[in-house]
Amino acid sequence: MSWLGRLYDSTIGKKAIMAVTGVILFAFIIGHLAGNLQILIPDGGARIDAYGRFLHESPVLLWGSRLVLLASVFLHILTSVQLALRNRRARPQPYEFREWREASYASRTMMISGPLIALFVVYHLGHFTTGHFHGSFEPLKVHDNMISGLQVWWASAAYVAAMILLGTHVYHGGWSLFQSLGISHPRYTPLLKKGAAVVAVLITLGYVLIPATIWMGLVR
Amino acid sequence: MRLTLHVWRQKGPKDPGRIVTYDMPDVNPDMSFLEALDVLNERLIQRGEDPIAFDHDCREGICGACGMVINGIPHGPRRATTACQLHLRTFKDGDEIWVEPWRARAFPTIKDLVVDRSAFDRIIAAGGFVSVPTGSAPDGNALPVPKKVADLAMDAAQCIGCGACVASCPNGSAMLFVAAKVSHLGLLPQGRPERRDRARKMVEQMDREGFGACTNTGECEAACPKEIRLEFIARMNRDFLRGTFAERPEAE
Ligand code: HEM
Ligand code: FES
Repeated sequence: MSWLGRLYDSTIGKKAIMAVTGVILFAFIIGHLAGNLQILIPDGGARIDAYGRFLHESPVLLWGSRLVLLASVFLHILTSVQLALRNRRARPQPYEFREWREASYASRTMMISGPLIALFVVYHLGHFTTGHFHGSFEPLKVHDNMISGLQVWWASAAYVAAMILLGTHVYHGGWSLFQSLGISHPRYTPLLKKGAAVVAVLITLGYVLIPATIWMGLVR
Repeated sequence: MRLTLHVWRQKGPKDPGRIVTYDMPDVNPDMSFLEALDVLNERLIQRGEDPIAFDHDCREGICGACGMVINGIPHGPRRATTACQLHLRTFKDGDEIWVEPWRARAFPTIKDLVVDRSAFDRIIAAGGFVSVPTGSAPDGNALPVPKKVADLAMDAAQCIGCGACVASCPNGSAMLFVAAKVSHLGLLPQGRPERRDRARKMVEQMDREGFGACTNTGECEAACPKEIRLEFIARMNRDFLRGTFAERPEAE
């Protein structure tokens, strides 16, 4: 078998792929948040609409980054499902009595938060990218689309719920990825865990701010 | 003191098994957990019943033979303690205690609390050794090993191969065991040349045995009677990834 086949075939290789694709998605999550927060600028949407047009200016960059993200999502999901099936098979008979001491809630629910985030991403793309799930979608009118889309209470609620799930996912994933790639140090790993928690809270708060303020009518 | 034991009884590999409850009205708090099982077994034998099968050997926490899940935790509630070193004084009078075997596909149950851990032996056989002629010990200081490195290797070498990491892992993963072996051999000069190859071979065998993958929950570290750290799993990942990703092609 080639080295690539051996890498993919192994549990550690698959986990490394999860970590690398996780980092790419993580970078996207941060960039996307920074871009979207421009909706909070009270200029009638001038800045965020300009940002939207900027993203669409170069088809090569747009489709290039979409391709990288799509490939990352695909690999991240494929490896997670393969590993999860393997993990389930590894313990065919459950314990009658089981106690958890270290495993955080977030770490035990990665296979719940992950798929729910994937579902949300499908909804989100139909909502603000293609407009299929949006009542009054107009291409490139980012500001108007966001305001009218998120004034719907249940849409706003779905965004808030998904972002809390994303927070739990990156709370564990944010430090776990280093371990998966073989990076651990008695001095820095504890800091890394705290850092991942802070980043997870900031990401969740930042994203929740958008649907929450629009729904409350603070941003229009 | 009085204890109620709910013990997993399974006649053989094919028997579905079940929990059987035993009342122990008069145990001594200074007994070890295994001694309590001995006392119970004496009584079962007197009553003409089949005694509870469980593994044990040294009874001083160094051989790794004993191992059972006690109240949902491998080796019971005390940290850094094997079941043979766990004393009944850890429990309260009147406690109910659940006792089960390690549960993993790679550790099939043979009888009651005894599981077949030969998967670990096959992982060791795949690469858990140093391929150099042994002979006599080298001269003192001929092979300098920095103190910190020696300490780290010793921390990893503490692993007694009991399998508590597999038992505690939500994924039935053996990474902590394999990591301990890969680390303790790879850190020392004699084991260094083969370290990436070793990591690759041992991990591939671990995967073949049907153990799960790591999700970095930290349960194994908490369950390990020898306090092997997650840090060693990162070290194994590093050795494995380098050994696979960055390995040089074989010379023709
Ligand atoms: C925006 C989306 C996502 C981001 C930013 C993200 C990020 C991450 C990161 C950084 C990791 C750590 C990798 C490691 O431990 O090596 C991870 C792990 C994981 N992700 Fe995602 N992920 C996302 C979406 C998903 C989706 C859609 C699934 C669905 C199946 C998923 C399932 C998992 C699972 C099962 C793990 C492994 C958990 C563990 O090690 O305990 N993720 N994710
Ligand atoms: S019997 Fe040897 S470690 Fe418990």
